[in-house]
Amino acid sequence: MKVKMLSYTDLDTPIHRLTGATKLLFFVLWSVSAMITYDTRVLVVMLLFSLFVFKISRVPFQQYAFVLYFILIFFVLNHLAIFLFSPLEGVSIYGTRHDIFHIAGRYTVTWEQLFYQLNIALKYAVVIPMALLFLLTTDPSEFAASLNRIGVNYRIAYSVSLALRYIPDIQRDYENISFSAQARGIDTSRKEKLPTRLKNIAAILFPLILTSVERIDKISTAMELRGFGRGSRRTWYSLRPFTKSDYIALALIILIAAASAVITFYDGSRFYNIFVE
Amino acid sequence: MAKGKILSIKTIVAIGIGSALFVILGRFGSIPTGIPNTNIETTYALLALFALLYGPTAGVLIGLIGHTLKDAIFYGSPWFSWVIASGIVGLVIGLIASRIAIHDGEFGKKEIIRFNIAQIAANAVAWFVVAPILDIAIYAEPANKVFTQGLIAGASNIVTVAVIGTLLAIAYSKTRTKKGSLTKQA
Repeated sequence: MKVKMLSYTDLDTPIHRLTGATKLLFFVLWSVSAMITYDTRVLVVMLLFSLFVFKISRVPFQQYAFVLYFILIFFVLNHLAIFLFSPLEGVSIYGTRHDIFHIAGRYTVTWEQLFYQLNIALKYAVVIPMALLFLLTTDPSEFAASLNRIGVNYRIAYSVSLALRYIPDIQRDYENISFSAQARGIDTSRKEKLPTRLKNIAAILFPLILTSVERIDKISTAMELRGFGRGSRRTWYSLRPFTKSDYIALALIILIAAASAVITFYDGSRFYNIFVE
Repeated sequence: MAKGKILSIKTIVAIGIGSALFVILGRFGSIPTGIPNTNIETTYALLALFALLYGPTAGVLIGLIGHTLKDAIFYGSPWFSWVIASGIVGLVIGLIASRIAIHDGEFGKKEIIRFNIAQIAANAVAWFVVAPILDIAIYAEPANKVFTQGLIAGASNIVTVAVIGTLLAIAYSKTRTKKGSLTKQA
């Protein structure tokens, strides 16, 4: 059960050299902009920009190849579902109707629908390179420091770093428990029928969660003994000072966010309409 | 320091470990039902239990952090409307159920009913209302699609938490010593 996950590798590129706080802010503002806008022009420019930045980062393809598979499946299913549930959603958004061909019943393919679904696809695609980039180029130990730096309470920042620290441990525990359950004939694979499978998964959940509750007691006692949370602030070993490129990156994202908001809402609608004559 | 009281060290650690568990169970503990894009997510049983044990602050943050990390690490990009819905599940369960004294081993019939009312309310608000509305607001997806998805996800989560979540809570309460369970020998 070797499961791939996205993780950081240490490279020396302009993207890797940016501080975690910069990359986090960049990612947050980027995602918010992509969520707000429905303007095709903005989305296309953002997609090209994000692919360009992705290229600079020189992250090796095999590190993220497996997520592309998940993304593709999700993508296809989601678009099929949108069409099945609402084949004329685009028509009602753009207010015009140009049929391409008729399938059956209420299912007609229209240019408006294709354009609408293209926009959804773009909106989704624009965030992916930046999210991948953020995960692949940010050192997890720097992550908590970055969260704290952009104003998140350091206790919450510390929980996030605890989560990142314990994901591999808990995955190992899960595997150990699952293997020993399998050795006793408790099958959790798809060969088992659904109700039995559910019951068998529960058999893994119980020891996993109860040992985790014990682990929480242990860790919090240890932290209590070391006086965690006494001060209202704390310093971080992995905190790096901002450099010139950090300020450039931050200026850039503020510019992008502002430009995208202005272009999107300039004509009073979130949608960019190509069907108006 | 008012904030320090809400966020005790135990809560902070519970958020960290709870989020890590959420990530692992979200990836390995989800069973496909056969209907596309709908899985039985055992991870929500965990979220419900942790909201019950550690309160609303832990619940909302485990939902938010756990779901974001799970989406990001395994699927490359977080789906924000559902991330927020997960946070709301934790928050509502925590708010309604955290007065149950499960740490003292109290988890009888009355507490089970209360816990289930909390989880049904939480899942209903999150998946029948919040997730679809955010899907429409953020991604402008068709209303009937997102409400159908929300309905299926919500119903399956309610059943999952009702069965596995309740059993987990009972199992946990049995590991605790009941208050006043010692009697003086004559």
